[in-house]
Amino acid sequence: MKAPLVVTRRMTEHPDDSHTIDRYEATGGYAQAKRALGLTRQQLVDEVKASGLLGRGGAAFSTGLKWSFLAEGRPSYVVINADESEPGTFKDRQLMERDPHQMLEGTIITAIANEAHHAFIYVRGEYTKPARRVQAAVDEAYAKGYLGEGIFGSDFELEMTVHLGAGAYICGEETALINSLEGLRGEPRLKPPYFPAAIGLYMKPTIVNNVETVSNLPHVLAMGAGGYAGLVPGDDTGTFLISLSGHVARPGNYELPHGITWRQLIFEIGGGVPDGKNLKAWIPGGASAPWFVPSRHLDLEMTKEATNAAGSMLGSGAVIVMDETTCMIRATERIVGFFAHESCGQCTPCREGTTWLEQVLRRIEDGQGRPVDLALMLDVSDGISVGLDWPPKMTTICPLGPSAISPILALRDYFSDEVRAHVELGGCPFAASEMSAIDG
Amino acid sequence: MPLLYLAMTQDGYLTDEGMEEVARWCGITPAQVFAVASFYTMYKREPVGRFLISCCTSISCMLLGSDEVLHAIEDASGVPHGETDPEGLVSVEHAECIGACGGAPAVQVNYELIEGVTPEKARELVDWLRAARPEVLKGDEMQQLFGSRRSFDWAIREDEGAVGPYPAFGPLGTVGREGES
Repeated sequence: MKAPLVVTRRMTEHPDDSHTIDRYEATGGYAQAKRALGLTRQQLVDEVKASGLLGRGGAAFSTGLKWSFLAEGRPSYVVINADESEPGTFKDRQLMERDPHQMLEGTIITAIANEAHHAFIYVRGEYTKPARRVQAAVDEAYAKGYLGEGIFGSDFELEMTVHLGAGAYICGEETALINSLEGLRGEPRLKPPYFPAAIGLYMKPTIVNNVETVSNLPHVLAMGAGGYAGLVPGDDTGTFLISLSGHVARPGNYELPHGITWRQLIFEIGGGVPDGKNLKAWIPGGASAPWFVPSRHLDLEMTKEATNAAGSMLGSGAVIVMDETTCMIRATERIVGFFAHESCGQCTPCREGTTWLEQVLRRIEDGQGRPVDLALMLDVSDGISVGLDWPPKMTTICPLGPSAISPILALRDYFSDEVRAHVELGGCPFAASEMSAIDG
Repeated sequence: MPLLYLAMTQDGYLTDEGMEEVARWCGITPAQVFAVASFYTMYKREPVGRFLISCCTSISCMLLGSDEVLHAIEDASGVPHGETDPEGLVSVEHAECIGACGGAPAVQVNYELIEGVTPEKARELVDWLRAARPEVLKGDEMQQLFGSRRSFDWAIREDEGAVGPYPAFGPLGTVGREGES
């Protein structure tokens, strides 16, 4: 179960100054960016592909494969997605605050591999401290000649811009992020093209990678594809960051190997549910992921394959734990309400569907629920994602709408009794619950 | 987008004149600027108080009592969420996930983060803002005074902070340091 620390090693061993360029270079930093300058694009793409590195933004797509899609036509751009907004997720914030140069070196490697001379780091607007830390790191790198004209004394030019978002979850979707970066409303673009690598920022080939993904790149190159792929046994390669939150004794970010079980995560690493309460359910991969329950999923392995086979996903690595006192209607309302608030409004099923689901949930919690309400919610959900399958079928441009129905499926599969109890009682059976706290 | 922040820095919020000026600079219509401004929650198109208190009420914070924290802030300030006090000092809002789930419940004041906030500490925070009226709001200082458990440890002190209800980020010219204005 003990895995080697990769992206969190420096901040763990040098907590006082892991964010400085001096510490970064003293611990081997920027050596791989220098080395990458001597490699061809094909060599770099092949190396990253062979390492098995998967995108850590939530979709778990092969990073090397994504790079290989880069279309002809220049300039090309690199964009780092630091718009971390999935409820439960706070790993990229730690990587940016505690080890920004690691992300910068990964960004430089990405730019070299994709022949880009301008990289943008899109940080969500609420992350002022991470943005300041990243900007300070960028300034340090410029001062050292690691960014700008002729980086590391080569003839390769790379400019880097830190861009601040302004509060919109949807900008984490890569085509919405690109629109936002262009100064537009953050609405996802129609597909195809499926990848901005074909047509992206300013209609040019663009690679969009997540903070944690690029933070792994210096290590992929240092260890070599084989070394990185061999870090942990099994098909999932490398370590990954889990953000643990909710009703758990030791919340926080943990760098873990794929393949430990949920039981180990929640009870050993997380210290279990506080105050002697029982575990009721948990969300395995961010608010978009269908829920897991102790009676069925505790001993599953945390791998992409096992999680997908059980009808959910590891997603952004956010695990949210709920104890027995949690009202499932209230928790569901909070998540569906999030998606209703963050829907960009382009597609009717998402814009209308999430809003109606939220209203029905609210009336159930407020004691106005009707016996047909669960069936009604499933019908509305079916309108957003036909068939209520996993992975969800899409009626919309992006997956936001279909994500919103994940907790509704939990109500159907595990907590229909609780829906019924609310309707029969004419209110919430959980004493502590004070619903209508947040309206609008 | 940086220009919209710049306009907010100047006027405290996005005025019609500010958006028109941005439109002139960009060579687009004011309606196009308004379309962008209205998409994002951090662009405020109505006057905001000097201190914008954003209480996260998303799932992880909710599980650990964020609604009680929000009620405490509303009660102590007399300002319901979504509104500003008559003096123009304090605005209160509830926010969607601000990425501090390991230190839930979390609150931001002018986007400077405080984690592990209890209803009692939230009341003290409001009283402190009213009494001290700091020129520069620093996350570290507020965390020490009003916070407890954080998402992760952070040993390094920052002496930068926010000077208004918009993000304190260098390129926007809004980063405050003690003794500067």
